[in-house]
Amino acid sequence: MPRKFLSGDEAVAEGIRLAQPDVISAYPITPQTVTVERLSEFVANGELESHYMYVESEHSALAAAIGVSAAGARAFTATSSQGLLYMAECLTYASGGRFPIVMMNANRATALPWNIYGDQRDSIALLDHGWIQAYAEDAQEALDLCLMAYKIAEHPDVLTPFMINLDGFALTHTFESVDVPDNKDALDFVGRYEAFNCFSFDEPKNIGYSAGPAYNKYFKYDEHLGMNCALKVIDEVERDFEARFGRSYPGALESYHMEDTELCILTLGSISGLVRECVDIARERGIKLGLVKLRYLRPLPSGQLAQALAGIKALCVLEKDISFGAEGTVFTNIKSVLYDYKIELECFNVIAGLGGDDILPQDIKQIVNTLVDISHNKPYKRLQFLGIDTLQEG
Amino acid sequence: MAAINHKTLREDEFFFGHKACAGCGASLVLRHVLKILGPNAVSVLPAGCMSAVGFNFPNLAFQNNSMISPFAATAPVMSGIRAGFDMRKKRGDKIPDDFCVVGFAGDGATADIGLAALSGAIDRDDNLLYICYDNEAYMNTGVQKSSLTPFGAKTTNTPVGTQIQGALSNKKNMFEIVAAHNISYAATASIGYLPDFLKKVAKAKDMPGTRYIHVIAPCPTGWGHADKDTINFAKAIVDCGLWYLAEYEAGDYKISRRPKEFGSIKDYLHSQSRFRALDDAAIAHIEAERDAKWAYIDTHWS
Repeated sequence: MPRKFLSGDEAVAEGIRLAQPDVISAYPITPQTVTVERLSEFVANGELESHYMYVESEHSALAAAIGVSAAGARAFTATSSQGLLYMAECLTYASGGRFPIVMMNANRATALPWNIYGDQRDSIALLDHGWIQAYAEDAQEALDLCLMAYKIAEHPDVLTPFMINLDGFALTHTFESVDVPDNKDALDFVGRYEAFNCFSFDEPKNIGYSAGPAYNKYFKYDEHLGMNCALKVIDEVERDFEARFGRSYPGALESYHMEDTELCILTLGSISGLVRECVDIARERGIKLGLVKLRYLRPLPSGQLAQALAGIKALCVLEKDISFGAEGTVFTNIKSVLYDYKIELECFNVIAGLGGDDILPQDIKQIVNTLVDISHNKPYKRLQFLGIDTLQEG
Repeated sequence: MAAINHKTLREDEFFFGHKACAGCGASLVLRHVLKILGPNAVSVLPAGCMSAVGFNFPNLAFQNNSMISPFAATAPVMSGIRAGFDMRKKRGDKIPDDFCVVGFAGDGATADIGLAALSGAIDRDDNLLYICYDNEAYMNTGVQKSSLTPFGAKTTNTPVGTQIQGALSNKKNMFEIVAAHNISYAATASIGYLPDFLKKVAKAKDMPGTRYIHVIAPCPTGWGHADKDTINFAKAIVDCGLWYLAEYEAGDYKISRRPKEFGSIKDYLHSQSRFRALDDAAIAHIEAERDAKWAYIDTHWS
């Protein structure tokens, strides 16, 4: 397997080259642009046989992908931030129409203030739009997700569009050595799209219609079942991937040192690497700390989360997102799992990395100190903006 | 292919069982266009009257492959369908040679919310037939002004008030906006002159690249006339010179029908309730605009 020195954006381009979508509808936006640039080069050089469509907006990029999927072909598009918000109404057309489109989203802050750097407020704001949402930690995972995404999204029991999220700049624009699978091996794994939710000239269909109050709920229920089914399919696809390419993935979440731990930091995306290192350092100091890296935010792996978090004393949910007037949305989701599974623990929410703000080792260290204090029954603040609020109460 | 007219038009129907209003002009557009394009047409309809009346699960009115698109995205959904099938064909799937992607979008979906997306498709010269059925307002939401609503028309958001009477802006010229892209083919039509419309659709069907046909389709509900008079008004708007039948091809404009004498604008306007409040000064203004346009057409177009 050849290794290439790739940025996150380039790793996605390589992964999509291997997955061979029939049509790529592309519109530039920082920090996603490099992905569609590389894809245009692959097409121009004959390394990828796809129709490369220059659309005039993100709204049209996803609309075109919907048309491609309705024609029974494989679609790819990519976006970020305001672009994702601009195409937001098309997200529900894609998910409600059960079109298994794969889209890369470079996580970036949302205006105003205008900001091109990374946080996760863009995709998390659209959590309820019916898309599978995966968050890559590194470029290798980003490439591998491109291959697995089509298999998961196109699975007949799932038929749900798939959003691959990469932290803007922190992941899209940093370089690492990446294993790039052989073309044939990759295509053998991904396969061609065998569509059935599409037009047919033998049996013409009306697809994407309206359904009034009497029927609407059945479509929405079915969509919910499809999304839930993705959890099982993610596992199956990852086992198959491991057998073929040797890299294993742990399902919708990864537990790191959670087996005997008392304290936990839960996060998602590229910051997981730093947290993992901090877990190692804390453990050297005798602190029983673990990490839960949420790889998928939708479907939410509630059962796996409950299993990972049961028995711990204190939890910090660290996220690059805030739902104003409430709390971080990841935190809300996690607390609902805790409630459902009757898991009692102390937990708090750290909002960090907004607008691309650095999250430093000493920041994580301070979170760890707070977790230790909480486990000794010290008071704490439930919601903290990193660098603004003090972590300890009083 | 034999010349298309009402005698040679195929008997089978592709759009029926829908719940359009009595006298609906737009439904006639769809019915006739699909008869020309045949069973391998794939139609795309954004939000609007025709999708609202045609796609009510489980009552689905299209016999050919059809789907709803986002309101602003008729053209890119069409582009996607075309590209998807073309790529499948390239990879060896069996796709009929005569399949045609057709869009049916209203005036708002075309000239307002979907204009940028339509422009993008024409820029790419994607292989599509885009039909704008123009009933001169947002009829599906209950008659609100679009940029194709003519000057002076009363709608539910351009009421006849004491200070302002009806729409203040002129109808946007979509035909010439589209032509300015140097599109492969563009035409205007009216369902009042059906043979001309059918001929243009048949011609556009087998042309390459992006084709655009803008067809006037009166709406009794929004225009305020009897439902039996739809065709009469679709003729009258052409006869009085407020709508012209034309083609744009290979860089040239060509007028399809030059009325020798214009019918009465006042009669055309005052027989519809939307224009009933227009006074003589407003009508004189509309006449002057018409005459200026035709003076230009007569000197510049063949």
